[in-house]
Amino acid sequence: MNMSSLVRTGAGILMPFLLVFGFYIVLHGHLTPGGGFQGGAVIATAFVLLMVAYSYEIIWERISLEFLKNTETLGLMLFILTALIALVAGLAFFGNWLLGAGGLFGTPVSYGINPGDLNTGGVIPILNIAVGLDVLGAMSVIILTMLFAVRRDA
Amino acid sequence: MFANLPFITAGILIIIGIVTIVTQHNLIKMVMGLAVVEAGVNLMLVATGYREGGAAPIFTNAPSTEMVMPTAQAMALTNIVIGIATTALLLSFILIIFRKYGSADVRDMRRLKG
Amino acid sequence: MIGEFWSINAPALLIAIPMLGAFATPLLGKMGKTPRNLWILLITALTFATSALLAAEVYTTGPVIYTFGAVDPAVALVSDSGGIPVRIIFNVDAMSAFMALMASVVGLVAGIYSLPSGKMKSGRDGYFSLLLLLLVGILGMVCTGDLFNFFVFLEISSLAGAALVAYRIDKGVAVEAGLKYAFLSSLAGLIFLYAVALLYGQYDSLNIAVIAERMQFGFLDKVALALFLTGLAMKAGAVPMHFWMPDTYSMAPSAITAFLVVSSQASLYGVFRIAFTLYGLRLNYVTVGWFIIILGVLSMLVGVSMAILQENVKRLMAYHSISQTGYMLLGVGVGLAVLGDPAMMESFGLTAMEGGLFHLVNNAMYKGLLFLTAGAIFFRAGTHNLNKLGGLGHSMKLTMLFFIIGALAIAGIPPFNGFSSKLMIYESVFAFNPLLAIIAMVVSILTLASFVKVFHAIFMGPKRGEYAGVNEVPVPMLAAMGILALLTVLMGIFPQQFVDLMIRPAAGALVNQGSYIASVMGGL
Repeated sequence: MNMSSLVRTGAGILMPFLLVFGFYIVLHGHLTPGGGFQGGAVIATAFVLLMVAYSYEIIWERISLEFLKNTETLGLMLFILTALIALVAGLAFFGNWLLGAGGLFGTPVSYGINPGDLNTGGVIPILNIAVGLDVLGAMSVIILTMLFAVRRDA
Repeated sequence: MFANLPFITAGILIIIGIVTIVTQHNLIKMVMGLAVVEAGVNLMLVATGYREGGAAPIFTNAPSTEMVMPTAQAMALTNIVIGIATTALLLSFILIIFRKYGSADVRDMRRLKG
Repeated sequence: MIGEFWSINAPALLIAIPMLGAFATPLLGKMGKTPRNLWILLITALTFATSALLAAEVYTTGPVIYTFGAVDPAVALVSDSGGIPVRIIFNVDAMSAFMALMASVVGLVAGIYSLPSGKMKSGRDGYFSLLLLLLVGILGMVCTGDLFNFFVFLEISSLAGAALVAYRIDKGVAVEAGLKYAFLSSLAGLIFLYAVALLYGQYDSLNIAVIAERMQFGFLDKVALALFLTGLAMKAGAVPMHFWMPDTYSMAPSAITAFLVVSSQASLYGVFRIAFTLYGLRLNYVTVGWFIIILGVLSMLVGVSMAILQENVKRLMAYHSISQTGYMLLGVGVGLAVLGDPAMMESFGLTAMEGGLFHLVNNAMYKGLLFLTAGAIFFRAGTHNLNKLGGLGHSMKLTMLFFIIGALAIAGIPPFNGFSSKLMIYESVFAFNPLLAIIAMVVSILTLASFVKVFHAIFMGPKRGEYAGVNEVPVPMLAAMGILALLTVLMGIFPQQFVDLMIRPAAGALVNQGSYIASVMGGL
């Protein structure tokens, strides 16, 4: 695939913004609409943009499938372990063991209408990050393997 | 009548989807039909949670009005995620079938009949 | 300390252990084959232990509630929730515990059976991950007390199942079967979800107990019921929607087929749960009962008559699965049809339900065993075609023994377990309607005829040249078949004890809608 240099330059300029936007959605999942899945999907879209703009073989060389699969496994393990730690903390499965504990993510939510504090939410931001990692890995793997299968025919 | 419009639309979407699945022979079009059914079900879910004049259920800088029901939206969101997984799986299958048979038409796939 | 922790969190661990197992399998796969195989064994055995513990607890002390994400998992109603459960809960009563125990036994067996990889060398990590996810889906379906959660687990089991059906990806037909299965089950799932949305719109809750308490049985509830039954019967493979079953069952790897039987039965559990617990006596139970009975009779007849024509062993067994599903629907349908009449319920209704449920677990055992033997034959002889097979009895003696046990059990010959459950169904159904009992008996005879033919074609006859090098399958496969064969024989020799211990409380839990509601809403 040989896209014009306009498309390639445009993709290069858009790429960092897409990544920042994706991670913003993941990290603000407990305050604003969005969350792990949506943010992960946006990040995966950034990869698709690169694949469309540049030849997919170049992407295949730079981002290995193994790396993406590992990202996926990391996200899944983070997710399930966060849920399991709640059992050790004496709560039910998926219990919010960080709630009100102070520190990162542990600030109690202030009452009434407020602009929102990123440090609230307990385990919810952690679960969002886990899902984000998982989705960005899984979606990229799906798209890369599908492209690979299509291109091998041609 | 006007309040029921979303539900009627959801019903119509689901019927369109099912008719597509039944009448089309191209596998990709059948997957599209499934996606239309899914959209109808999602619309139905979101419509059950709606209330007149409700704000979006976001607590960051929320206005002091009543809000629509977020549970139904969470259900629709979950269904979208599941739908993406299903669609990806179905499309991968179709990709493999196309590579094996050289066609994505159901009528060419009679090997399992009987 | 550990024991107490284990028993308090048993319902959550039932899901958490196989989920952790599934997610960590790719990591262990990197370390090599032996660690991964040990990991699979550990996870499936732990799941089995957890479900056994949970079952023991449920059978001695009554339903167990587990509230996810709460401070105290045993409390479904928090003081500030306004008298309704706001979180996702698992409501494990005797019926759920019984299904979970059965599913985890078959999960363990499927795990052991899959350890020798055979010809497929690649993608084994993914295979085991999906196998464990399928287990998660089934266990979640049978334990959950929340309709939307049921849908999510239904989809998990459908997706994992579809990917596993297409596992032998080098054959186009396997992918075709997987496609069919994925398509059908996601459509069934969407139909189910639509019904959930209808109920949610009316009763403002997703909790089965809450909806059951508030149930009015108006027009929309009837629509929802029809959609629930359609969606779940589609997944369970009852007759008008059975066409995916032979394709899927014959193309999947054998351990998966044995497991898919349980997956279909989890959908059957959904039918029963919806009919008995969600609607219960407010339902027009005679009509719906007869509807389920007719589905059952049709499944029995169509399944067995198509089975006789088949030449592929696994397709034949798949058609028999359809016909066996008919027995369960018949037994439980009779129970539903007389639900409102205490005298008839006492005299034969409960026995019919117990027969149906007993048949359900028996079917999982002997049908699983039969599919595993078919897999063993394929593993060595490389074909499923009855016309090409023959004379394998000389070299695969143990497999032949297991096949005989399975075949006699499915045909309802004493002293195997199929006989006891079929006898319960015949007796009680005869009291309800003699014609139905006669149909059931005829189907049973046809089943026997069909399996005699299969047995003769595969194992009898002189030793054939092309199978000269064939020997017995590896030890893990034999062990897996051995477990199921042992259970088949044990449940056949001690049917009364088994029914008293496991089945009667399960049937009682299904009939007693009030105690299910009370276990969540309080007021016992």
